[in-house]
Amino acid sequence: MALTRENVAYIAHLARLAVSEREAADYVVKLSRILDLVDQLRQVDTAGIAPMAHPLPMAQRLRPDAVTETDRREDIQRNAPQAAEGLYLVPRVIE
Amino acid sequence: MERQTIAALGRALRAREVSSRELASAALEHIARLDGALNSFITVTADQALTAADAADRRLARGEGGPLTGIPFAWKDIFCTRGVRTTCGSKMLANFVAPYDAAAVERLHAAGIVSIGKTNMDEFAMGSSNETSWFGPVHNPWDLERSPGGSSGGSAAAVAAGLISAASGTDTGGSIRQPAALVGITGFKPSYGRVSRYGMIAFASSLDQAGVLTLTAEDAALLIEAMAGFDDRDSTSANLPVPAYATDIGKSLAGRRIGVPPEFFEPGLDGECGARVREALAVLESLGAQVVEVSLPHLSLSVPTYYIVAPAEASSNLARFDGVRFGHRAEGATSLEDLYKKSRQEGFGPEVRRRLMTGTYVLSAGYFDAYYLQAQKARELIAADFRAAFAKVDVIAGPTAPTPAFRLGEKTDDPVQMYLNDIYTIAVNLAGLPGISVPCGFARGLPVGLQLIGPAFGESAVLNVAHQYQLATDWHSKAPPEAPLVAAVAAKGRSR
Repeated sequence: MALTRENVAYIAHLARLAVSEREAADYVVKLSRILDLVDQLRQVDTAGIAPMAHPLPMAQRLRPDAVTETDRREDIQRNAPQAAEGLYLVPRVIE
Repeated sequence: MERQTIAALGRALRAREVSSRELASAALEHIARLDGALNSFITVTADQALTAADAADRRLARGEGGPLTGIPFAWKDIFCTRGVRTTCGSKMLANFVAPYDAAAVERLHAAGIVSIGKTNMDEFAMGSSNETSWFGPVHNPWDLERSPGGSSGGSAAAVAAGLISAASGTDTGGSIRQPAALVGITGFKPSYGRVSRYGMIAFASSLDQAGVLTLTAEDAALLIEAMAGFDDRDSTSANLPVPAYATDIGKSLAGRRIGVPPEFFEPGLDGECGARVREALAVLESLGAQVVEVSLPHLSLSVPTYYIVAPAEASSNLARFDGVRFGHRAEGATSLEDLYKKSRQEGFGPEVRRRLMTGTYVLSAGYFDAYYLQAQKARELIAADFRAAFAKVDVIAGPTAPTPAFRLGEKTDDPVQMYLNDIYTIAVNLAGLPGISVPCGFARGLPVGLQLIGPAFGESAVLNVAHQYQLATDWHSKAPPEAPLVAAVAAKGRSR
């Protein structure tokens, strides 16, 4: 199926990507080609087939509700682009 | 230089014929001397390696330690390594220092492995040629103008060229087996759930599985025996005992039933590659195995199914990269949404962005049933084909990749052509099965891989057939010549 520029702009917004004009034009072609590939599946008869979410026939395990992690905030925040006083800094959200 | 298996190195270490420090120093020297031609490493951790080697030597001197104690090893840069930069081949994580070790890293370190560094890979493991890495493509040591395959291309090239005897990889759609085939080494992916995914940067959570790239199936058995096992921190870790793979590989092939699906030999397969695989099947027959035809009628659905399931899961997993808590942050953002969008646009490369777009689309309102749900049903059809086949045979055999190594740049303009390169490996991930690629000869001077696939948690059968094949053949010991690498490094030095 062929995508339009409007489709591409909407998907880019959902994916939180700042797609450029030139790239959007490229997506119209290449994503449409990928969709042509995956569209082959529409012809397949899957009536009555149970969807397979993942390979193991298992139920989700539960663990006891106990604290298992130690406080490593400083250690972990060393990877933050901008942090101060234990908080992550971002551009102002509320004027 | 001479390539050595970890089985042989382990024996030499325990006999005190060589020290771990000597092996680590040799690996570091090989990397310094030759990796300029390959670009197989992103980060080399020389100091940590020598410290770990000395610790291993002290254990060995006390008569302690096991088969892996003191063996140098490299990690695909998708495994978190505490205190060491872990990039996943992406600008997004170019400065990320992992605050913890992946479970696989913990386990091999406990077994005495000496980590030498982190290998190059396709960005977030999304690629089949190692060309999507932010750190540049890896070159195939058999022909430096060709791709080593991907996404574990750095691990593959490093082992093939003898920089290191073994390295880890991850396999979401063929990312261990295909590069192993393209550089002429052994690449083993255990069943989904066998090795903990904890600390392995996620691509597609229902498909991702850790494994190894080695010179032999015996080495793969030794490593996976130590890496595998239940881990509470991975919600899909299999709570099953780990068989003694390194012992099981010794069994005779007499009476083993090997299934060959005609769907693996359709026109897309290069004629010479097909011939090499058929010759390998004849070798297995001569060892007492019985080769029978089995059918995988839905195999052709694998590529379209994968290119819905994997991007969908990736678009969800990679939502965590927002420029706030870790990873790349764009300058000059005016709002929080602007920060997200610019950071992600700048931090991810073109192929990752393309897959995030695809995944977001197939999960979006109005399309979920037509794409994602339909793909999950097709996935069940593919898995059911394998279950039916494994009622009749112990192992399924076929080619690993449709062609030998292709040229760098040859497929980068057409994502669909690149995706079709994974046609024989992807179904194995969709069904969650173990698979191995072993070298089985050459086509036009380039290595060809034989793929062996087992039933879920049937790693022993796969490793057994691969090992017995390697006892009867010597394709796995064919090393690429070193001279072109030396010349390429020298030429680079001159052009500087």
